[in-house]
Amino acid sequence: MDQFTLNLLFVGASFALYIGIAIWARAGSTSEFYAAGRGVHPVTNGMATAADWMSAASFISMAGLIAFTGYDNSSFLMGWTGGYVLLALLLAPYLRKFGKFTVSEFIGDRFYSSTARMVAVICLLVASITYVIGQMQGVGIAFGRFLEIDAFWGLLIGACVVFAYAVFGGMKGVTYTQVAQYCVLITAYTIPAIFISLQLTGNPVPALGLFGEHAGSGEPLLQKLDGLVTDLGFNEYTAHHGDTFNMMLFTLSLMIGTAGLPHVIMRFFTVPRVSDARWSAGWTLVFIALLYLTAPAVGAMARLNITEMMWPDGTQGEAVSVQTIAEDPNYDWMATWQKTGLLDWEDKNGDGKIQYYNDASEEMQERAEAAGWEGNELTNFNRDILVLANPEIANLPGWVIGLVAAGGLAAALSTAAGLLLAISSAVSHDLLKGQLTPNMSESSELLAARISMAAAIVVAVILGLNPPGFAAQTVALAFGLAAASIFPALMMGIFSKRINNTGAVAGMLAGLITTLVYIFLHKGWFFIPDTNMFTDDNPLLGTIKSTSFGAVGAAINFGMAYIVSSMTKETPQEIKDLVESVRTPRGAGMAVDH
Amino acid sequence: MTDQTDRVHSVTKEDTAYWSANLRLIILSLVIWALVSFGFGILLRPMLSGIEIGGSDLGFWFAQQGSILVFLVIIFFYAWRMNQIDRQHGVEED
Repeated sequence: MDQFTLNLLFVGASFALYIGIAIWARAGSTSEFYAAGRGVHPVTNGMATAADWMSAASFISMAGLIAFTGYDNSSFLMGWTGGYVLLALLLAPYLRKFGKFTVSEFIGDRFYSSTARMVAVICLLVASITYVIGQMQGVGIAFGRFLEIDAFWGLLIGACVVFAYAVFGGMKGVTYTQVAQYCVLITAYTIPAIFISLQLTGNPVPALGLFGEHAGSGEPLLQKLDGLVTDLGFNEYTAHHGDTFNMMLFTLSLMIGTAGLPHVIMRFFTVPRVSDARWSAGWTLVFIALLYLTAPAVGAMARLNITEMMWPDGTQGEAVSVQTIAEDPNYDWMATWQKTGLLDWEDKNGDGKIQYYNDASEEMQERAEAAGWEGNELTNFNRDILVLANPEIANLPGWVIGLVAAGGLAAALSTAAGLLLAISSAVSHDLLKGQLTPNMSESSELLAARISMAAAIVVAVILGLNPPGFAAQTVALAFGLAAASIFPALMMGIFSKRINNTGAVAGMLAGLITTLVYIFLHKGWFFIPDTNMFTDDNPLLGTIKSTSFGAVGAAINFGMAYIVSSMTKETPQEIKDLVESVRTPRGAGMAVDH
Repeated sequence: MTDQTDRVHSVTKEDTAYWSANLRLIILSLVIWALVSFGFGILLRPMLSGIEIGGSDLGFWFAQQGSILVFLVIIFFYAWRMNQIDRQHGVEED
């Protein structure tokens, strides 16, 4: 069977599974549509939340980010998992006790202000829509590369599948599909990693192999890798090079942002009890950790494999020849990926060899001059292809490649569905039912939820096909907004009775505006190129990059809310009672029906 | 214990004790959370560089693997301990 048929088989079988689940889990009420009837077991919910959370960025991009930077990008590993500690301790159980359907609804009720609710809805919509564009692009790339069809048709097929289970099944359909998607994506991620870890270290557990011995040389793997990359003028893999303060702030921003992303928080509304919400956050992290503990091993091992392929005789010997790349079947993956435009090389000095090294490094100048090199000849290596190309680089069997294709699609689709659900509940429940037509019946609200979901899918496809040039930067925006506006408002709503309506709105706006302005100052106003006044290499405040500003925005939000609240009227008694009741699990069943 | 169906909640001494027990547990958990990630993983890494682990040092291990494992322990410990505290203070669910 050829590779194309294998890919088609794996992707087709996984899609058939999702559709089957959609038919089985059809939502009949708003409670099922928004919160899966609050009947989801904490382990099941944990698995679904893990799939919801792990997007194309976790599956496709993260290992590449670590591979080409090394230790400094550990922020992604700690940040994207540490947020679950905040979620489990500070938000999930209380929001489950509150017992409503959306994040904005809690903010609106707790701060007795429809303005607060609307600010939350706007943050939620901006964060979710920017996030969904990235998922749709991921779907397009995966289809284009593995099924060799146009991104347009790929996106359309993907959208139809999401439509089938998200529009009809709501949260119920999405939850059970996400369980299946988690199984597909984690198998697809770990199987190639296990193979590669066995090849390189003889250890079947990649997370242990990372700290094991390199089978070829007997040296520890990381030491071997450090030696290879420093020989070529790159930064030592395991060493710290960036600014320590910025690294800490960036990690903190990712943690707070994770805990404030509405499509993740709303998953904890689906479990039956408050204590289940606590357990469920733990199970979510177990399922996320399976991938996140593997990712740094995938990154380091891929970097080692690629470097050794480019220097088959060692870094002091001769580089790989153009002829070998063209003829040796082990190098076939390079030609395949060259076609996508994400990988390229050029024999600049015409010596028939491709020298891969860091031409910006001072130490390499001497060797380059002596050997007649005219710059790095592996001219383009997009870090996003690392995970997808990994099985081919390591020469694994064809079915593994088909599995990785299905896994990448599962990661993108499961996150897209979760985001679309957050968007549609904000529109139908917060905007329509909450503001414009409060007397809407349940069946018309359900219809409105389905129509707004369908509309959101159409918008996502259009934006996915014509992604705004700034799509990559907007992910920073989504995290910044969640960190600076949503997380502090939720936390203060639970932990302080003193914060009143005026304080909360002032805090949210202050956090939101300072974060937006700081990102725009560095990335360009509304992301228009060349309108930026600062760069992330030379930022406005000390060493704080725009991607790390979310934590500062959150601090501004906390401070502003506290100051304004202490100068304005005290919170009314019934709100204090509400906060008290949210703090104790007793009577959680009572709050469900409303 | 108060009536389960009583929606209006008045603050009792028991509730205050329950909430401060919860706050103490949260603060303890967050201190460990910060220590393993921001501490061992980043800020204190130079101090731990003497402890070697498979080709690198303890700080590198905490940044790439250790902190995630500790986060897991924190969440499960918190869930287990809070369920105990709920029962001790009589505020558990039915």
